[in-house]
Amino acid sequence: MLELRDLAAVRSNTLLFRRLGLLLHAGEALRVAGPNGAGKTTLLRVICGLTEPARGEVRWDGTPIRELGDDYRARLAFLGHQEGHFGDLSAAENLRLAGAPVTGSVVDEVLRRVGLSALADQPARFLSQGQRRRLGLARLLLRVAPLWILDEPLTGLDRQGVELTAHLLAGHLADGGLAVLTTHQDLPGLDGVLRHLDLGA
Amino acid sequence: MLGQVFRRELLLAWRRPGDTLLPLTFFVIVGSLFPLGVGAEPQLLRSIGPGAVWIAAVLATLLGLPRLFAADQHSGALEQLLLSPAPLAALVAVKVLAQWLTGGLPLALAAPLLALGFGLDFADLGVLLAGLLLGTPLLNLLGAISAALTLGLRGGGALLGLLVLPLYVPVLIFGSGAVQAAALGFGAGANLSLLAAMLVLALVFAPWATAAALRISLD
Repeated sequence: MLELRDLAAVRSNTLLFRRLGLLLHAGEALRVAGPNGAGKTTLLRVICGLTEPARGEVRWDGTPIRELGDDYRARLAFLGHQEGHFGDLSAAENLRLAGAPVTGSVVDEVLRRVGLSALADQPARFLSQGQRRRLGLARLLLRVAPLWILDEPLTGLDRQGVELTAHLLAGHLADGGLAVLTTHQDLPGLDGVLRHLDLGA
Repeated sequence: MLGQVFRRELLLAWRRPGDTLLPLTFFVIVGSLFPLGVGAEPQLLRSIGPGAVWIAAVLATLLGLPRLFAADQHSGALEQLLLSPAPLAALVAVKVLAQWLTGGLPLALAAPLLALGFGLDFADLGVLLAGLLLGTPLLNLLGAISAALTLGLRGGGALLGLLVLPLYVPVLIFGSGAVQAAALGFGAGANLSLLAAMLVLALVFAPWATAAALRISLD
């Protein structure tokens, strides 16, 4: 359970949002909308714990995330604007050395699920933008993280890629996961579980 | 987690030999240009030798510092590092260790060869090597703090140099001082002990300070 309590954020002396309160339960996704510069990315970074809110706090299962520290980060998977791939490592190496030790068969399976099996040995710098996004999705699947935080996951993806993302997200939510994401595109097949937050309003 | 990051750093260093070998190349070039520029006066060369090798080592280390975090920040890998469920100070320590193994250690091992060009005695070469083996990880650890503090700043490179040079001064003084003391027959023990003490302190505090600086830089 993710709780935002009276959150406010300031970026270069501009108040982005304030009095933001929200409760997100297992199986629910929050879609953050708003015009450019409304603070969508900042909100996601606050929820990750990368940026300190000007006011308020984020709680996970009732405990402030600052107190949870690594226990919270173990439950979190973040896909940012930049995916964080290493261009000199192959797609498979990027996954194998992403953090938690994983076996080669897990890596193969995850690459197959995002449709990158044929490019497993390709250095990540030769991947197209859409393929890099897919590799980012693959990293989310590597370990079991209940909370996904996705910053514009659909940018650069083709139609199949968008459907794949929606499919993976639906599976994650059906397993009792939570997700917070920003996107300007429609996510098919998530109508019942998607909640909306408009930062521009 | 730590093991994965360590293997990743070493693999990346192996895949980017140009970046990895740059400090070593720079070190060898500066160290071999010195005798040519100063002239072939054996007594003079022997007296400036330790200082020249140490200055070259400090500058070569400085050259590799911005690389420690800048590329990872650009690619988003640094955010992932900050969000990984392991103590950030330990992750930083692993990164610095990998940087030293691929940068500082080769530099220390190449130093005796350079020092031969200055006509240093065989015993003094050992002291120089010992000093650099203690000093280069110290330079990397102190440099990591400054690299993290100046991360993402405009003109960060120049600021990095300004920040790190005062920290490098004691290392340089005790390091080159060790060889000079040995050459004069005083024994290098005092200088080397001080270097070792500074290394122990830096091992404890530098990763922690670097981690704190990284969190601020990425806020």
